[in-house]
Amino acid sequence: MESVGSIVMYSIIVAAIIIFSILTVTTRRILRAATYLLFTLFATAGLYFMLDYEFLGAVQIAVYAGGIVVLVVFSILLTSKPGDTSSKLTSKKRVVGLAASVASLAVLGYAIASRCDFWSTFVKPSETGFDMHLLGSMLLGTGKYQYLLPFEAVSVLLLACIIGGVVIARKR
Amino acid sequence: MEKLPIALYIIPSLIMFCCGVYGFITRKNMIAILISLELMLNSVDINFVVFNRFLYPGQLEGMMFTLFAIAIAAAETALAIAIIVNIFRAVKNIDIRDLNKMKF
Repeated sequence: MESVGSIVMYSIIVAAIIIFSILTVTTRRILRAATYLLFTLFATAGLYFMLDYEFLGAVQIAVYAGGIVVLVVFSILLTSKPGDTSSKLTSKKRVVGLAASVASLAVLGYAIASRCDFWSTFVKPSETGFDMHLLGSMLLGTGKYQYLLPFEAVSVLLLACIIGGVVIARKR
Repeated sequence: MEKLPIALYIIPSLIMFCCGVYGFITRKNMIAILISLELMLNSVDINFVVFNRFLYPGQLEGMMFTLFAIAIAAAETALAIAIIVNIFRAVKNIDIRDLNKMKF
């Protein structure tokens, strides 16, 4: 039986995800949109913690909340005056956006609802918990199902990204 | 923790994805579009983690995908913001309606 505390925790996290992601795309002040995005990302990290993936939750907070949101806020402050609001939406644009999102909601929601498997739970109680040793050997091993090559490729990608960012954004 | 069914975890991620689609289409500020893109990427990450956790709890494939997706999302955001700052320097504006020329 599920404990009451975790159900309460789950409800808070899911309510935060839904409310803040709706606010992110509907608020007219861009800096507030970035703040609501931050709250959404924190709620996602909370979801990872609830699923016992503490490492992933920490990465989510460090990289997304600590890196990406700060970068976005910097660029908002560089490119717009404080107090700017975006212009009101034209109704045509809003109808197009709502149609696209409701269509994807309907298709994907049907896909979820039609699979009755998704309403049962799969995880085996004996295998709960998360092994940090397994993660380390998967990330830095060269064998089957191990990820050293993508890891190094990502490091090269990040280097290329740093150089590209400097080259693109420098003053000419 | 794990006794809640899968659907209760992927429905919030579905709603987040649809919010991202809506924002991606309706927003006019380029940074706001980037924020909507982050929402969509994040909802996909949730799906990877939830399926990994519920279907293959002994393995970490979905978690690896999420880790690499987060790293690549960070790189992509950094480059996109460099491009946006450059565009702002060229046209003093980051409204996508004003960007109808390929070369400034």
